[in-house]
Amino acid sequence: MNLIAGLFNYWVVIFLMMAGFYNVIARGNLIKKLIGLNIFQTSVFLLYISMGKKEGGTAPIVAGADAVYSNPLPHVLILTAIVVGVATTAVGLALVMRIKEAYGSIEEDEIHQRDGEA
Amino acid sequence: MEAHLPVLLIVVPLLAAPLCVLLRHRTLTWILALLAAWTVLGMSVVVLLRVLDTGFISYALGGWAAPWGIELRIDVVNAYVLVLVALIGATVLLYAPASIAAEIPREQHYLFYTAYLLSFTGLLGITATGDAFNLFVFLEISSISSYALISLGRDRRALMASYQYLIMGTIGATFILIGVGLLYMMTGTLNMADLAVRLGPVLHTRTALVAFAFLGVGMSLKLALFPLHAWLPNAYCYAPSVVTAFLAATATKVSIYVFLRFVFTIFGADFAFAQMHLQTIIVPLSLIAIFITSSVAIFQTNIKRMLAYSSLAQIGYIMLGIGLVSETGLTAAIVHLFNHALMKGALFLALGGVALRLGSVELEDMRGLGKRMPATSFAFVLGGLSLIGVPLTVGFISKWYLVLAALEQGWWPLAALVLLGSLLAFIYIWRVVEVLYFQPPPTDAPRNEAPLSMQIPMWLLLAAVVYFGASASLTAGIARKAAILLLGGAL
Repeated sequence: MNLIAGLFNYWVVIFLMMAGFYNVIARGNLIKKLIGLNIFQTSVFLLYISMGKKEGGTAPIVAGADAVYSNPLPHVLILTAIVVGVATTAVGLALVMRIKEAYGSIEEDEIHQRDGEA
Repeated sequence: MEAHLPVLLIVVPLLAAPLCVLLRHRTLTWILALLAAWTVLGMSVVVLLRVLDTGFISYALGGWAAPWGIELRIDVVNAYVLVLVALIGATVLLYAPASIAAEIPREQHYLFYTAYLLSFTGLLGITATGDAFNLFVFLEISSISSYALISLGRDRRALMASYQYLIMGTIGATFILIGVGLLYMMTGTLNMADLAVRLGPVLHTRTALVAFAFLGVGMSLKLALFPLHAWLPNAYCYAPSVVTAFLAATATKVSIYVFLRFVFTIFGADFAFAQMHLQTIIVPLSLIAIFITSSVAIFQTNIKRMLAYSSLAQIGYIMLGIGLVSETGLTAAIVHLFNHALMKGALFLALGGVALRLGSVELEDMRGLGKRMPATSFAFVLGGLSLIGVPLTVGFISKWYLVLAALEQGWWPLAALVLLGSLLAFIYIWRVVEVLYFQPPPTDAPRNEAPLSMQIPMWLLLAAVVYFGASASLTAGIARKAAILLLGGAL
């Protein structure tokens, strides 16, 4: 029981990670691949945030010496990682737009087919 | 001023990048970028000299002391890589205007310099930082800007190459992020020196093992170790010539530095090689990389793609040196890291000249080029000789140390395989030489040498190839010091 309930957050992380990763590998649509990549990254954000959580902990705001608070450092790190993720997605989407202009398609196999003809 | 050199290395190009966007003027942004890059080169040399003197420099960012704040920690290993990145970055930038004038639309030139400076910043940051999470951030800065740089290529296939690199690169970087997170979970610290100390007692836990696995795969993706190399040939082939020269000479090299740092400094050679048997993975993969990618290179008709495959083989040689886990092996790896950057940079710069004059880098279009572009052709031959490992070039020095390291451990078949790999390099270089010199040029082709502004940087790198090939005591001496440091010895 402990294996499932006690490690609940890790199961969520692993599920999201694999779901995202599967999408990146299996999909031929470039946008769907990017969405998969996003889910994959988000799972890592959850991994970081859940590791900083303490049972009954609050936000780390000064409220007396015996206050229990969660570790804020992972939160800060993930704030940075989220920004990085947004930037990656933005560049990726911009590339997909350019690909659509150049090839008229965002399906991977069609694109490779068109390059084969050229 | 001098105390702040480690951070200025990163801040100067980082500030120059947005200034480029404000300036917008083509020539002015080039001058600004050039100034920033050469300043960085000067500073990196000063830092290297100081590190050789004092052992290491620690810089507390914003005055927050390590391990709480972000520390920039520069020792012989990364000072050496910093000089390499700065040297290539500054030299290639000299070359850029004439080359991108033909390959990138004029109104995008200032954006090219911006992305170039950001990528440069990221690479310097990865190298200088002493903080594992900071390393991830700089890794992404350099990667995201290099995706943009690659997509500037004229061929529409550049877009797909860039997209593929973005997917693979992000997966690699996220794997590194997972690894760093797991390490933080076990130790509560992100500072590399602190991690190395605190990781010792918890190394046997499964969390640490998983962290090691994630980091290993992530870094191998980034440094394009065979079978995780699929993104590299297309990215190098379709990117603008300048970008290829810059990335081929720096990006994978910096990733190899990251690999060295994590495996040797943080996890320790003892854990990685004695307990995890990393050697049994790295050595076979490196050998497969050398033989398969060299063989594929022989059959390429696009010379840029041929050199990209050759780069993969050279990464194989570097990883082989690391896999030997001896002082000589690591020296070979680190010295080849430097040497390969010099020669591959020069070769891609020479090809950039060919691409400018012929509008193509296909082998069949290069017939008789020895008569039409004698200087560039000769430069290509010189770089090629170094790739093969002919004496008096830097390639020979690398191979010498690698063979020496293999023989030291009594692995003479390995030494023979390294020499056999050189034979493959000879075949793919000879194909080009044959076409350049022994086939008649098209009858109407005029003599049309690359402009001087493109030749000078190319010859600068080639001069270094020959100079450090003839007297390797400087580069190999520093590499040996770095190797001793990585193996945990005192200087």
